Amino acid sequence: MVVEEKAIIETENLTKVYKGQVAVDHVTFKVFEGEVFGFLGPNGAGKTTLILMLLGLTEPTEGMARVLGVDPVREAIKVKGLIGYMPENMGFYNDLDAIQMLKFMADLNGLPRHIADERIEKALYTVGLENEAKKKIGAYSRGMRQRLGLAELIVKEPKVAFLDEPTLGLDPDATNKMIELIENLSKEQRMTIILCSHFLEMVQKLCSRMRIIIKGKMVAQGTMETLAKEKFGVDSEEYTLEEIYMKYFQEEA
Amino acid sequence: MHGLKVIFKKELADHFSSYRFLILFSLICMVSLIIAYMVSMTIKNEMKDIAKPQFVFLMLFISQGGLFSFVQFVAFFGPLIGLIMGFDLINRERNEGTLSRILAQPIYRDAVINGKFLAGVVTISIMIASIVLVITGLGLILMGVVPGIDEILRILVYMIISIVYISFWLGVAILFSIIFRSVTTSALAGLAVWIFFSFFVSLGANIVAKAFVPDAGPDNLEALLKQITIQRAISLSSPIILYSDATATIVDPTKKTTRSFVFVGPFEKLSSERFSGPLSLHQSLLIVLPYIITLIAITAICFAISYIVFMRQEIRSA
Repeated sequence: MVVEEKAIIETENLTKVYKGQVAVDHVTFKVFEGEVFGFLGPNGAGKTTLILMLLGLTEPTEGMARVLGVDPVREAIKVKGLIGYMPENMGFYNDLDAIQMLKFMADLNGLPRHIADERIEKALYTVGLENEAKKKIGAYSRGMRQRLGLAELIVKEPKVAFLDEPTLGLDPDATNKMIELIENLSKEQRMTIILCSHFLEMVQKLCSRMRIIIKGKMVAQGTMETLAKEKFGVDSEEYTLEEIYMKYFQEEA
Repeated sequence: MHGLKVIFKKELADHFSSYRFLILFSLICMVSLIIAYMVSMTIKNEMKDIAKPQFVFLMLFISQGGLFSFVQFVAFFGPLIGLIMGFDLINRERNEGTLSRILAQPIYRDAVINGKFLAGVVTISIMIASIVLVITGLGLILMGVVPGIDEILRILVYMIISIVYISFWLGVAILFSIIFRSVTTSALAGLAVWIFFSFFVSLGANIVAKAFVPDAGPDNLEALLKQITIQRAISLSSPIILYSDATATIVDPTKKTTRSFVFVGPFEKLSSERFSGPLSLHQSLLIVLPYIITLIAITAICFAISYIVFMRQEIRSA
């Protein structure tokens, strides 16, 4: 399933020192086209900082990064056009409705009106918000807001999408819907997805490969099988990702 | 460039659809209407015995009908307009998490701050222009005076100075909204600066001048002159005084200098006594030009500081 040919994201010794503290410590990795890549790690491990560096929102202290061959430091605008970003705490303009919000974002991306309108209609339908499209976002539930965030990605149609805790605080039903939608993004839209989450069940289900970051350092990387083999010396069938993760975490801490 | 246009359009729509703007606008409209009405009532009485009154139209703006004139009202209340419009422009977006999302889109970072400032300036311009038009219309109905070309030009210059002045305070508000994360803190900081400049600078200038030259009095003219020079220099650091002086000379053609009478030099005194007629617009402009340029300069400086601080700030998602 994984098409391992072209590296879409490449980093080398990427480091960020923030107010004297090392947030990201010499991280080197590659993400290939079409895969769903999972970032695991405790709170404050530097996952968000890493994403911000790849987006060109924060400058790395050291090392280099390439997103689709573009340097996010030098050509931040170009990179931002290629990447879709769904942050942990999604901010919306609460006095706009869903269509106005999506239109504003489409305008910022310079999409022509007729293409934007078409995509917005399709996106709202895909995430199941077509009946709430004229409601003010302030009246939305958390699940609806997260789905609207995904709709934004569908409108933008980026090559790569960063999803930061997309299921945080959602009820089980909304979580399942979210997982379905992310799967849909990956399979039907052929989007490369980088997923940060503590919801390990979802990561296990969606991600082909994953990486564990603790205290800014990358401690492990690979498929479920390689991670399990490294720690337990057996096939992953017997262990869930949660058990593997806890093993790594206890060793590091 | 397209990012700037998109942000500008959204901010403008936000301003005009917000309750904040509606309340502010109706308040100013109400006050200006009352002032214009009271002024035109008193002018009518005053003009009864004068054969050939001059600049009646401008009197609408400068004569103190009841409590204060329109020009004084804008000088005092204008800062509040700018502060109210701008005190949460950046930090609200930061707190709601929309700033990092906008900046994750392919636009230049300065498009955000430029668009916000420009939209504010345009809103202020529309506000000022419509109020001046309302007062003009009311003057036409109540007094039946038609403004001459010279008066219209003077009012235009006055409007431009007022827009720059209020934009300066918008710039101050935006600067605080960038520096302070909390909306309340930035609002308070803006208010503090406003109160400082409107009350304490003139008061402080007086005290400092007296401390420097304690022996000033009617019998010691040289010391008195020195005292006034110091006082004037200090009070000119306040944009409110800069604005008041600049506009007073523009809307009142009979005023020939922005300086107080004691400080006028002997030659200037001689010439102003010889020519008692009103100044031409060109001459009035020459007098206030330094003030206008200073106002524009401090506005630009204030915006430049905001710009630099904003461009260097780390953008975090939470």
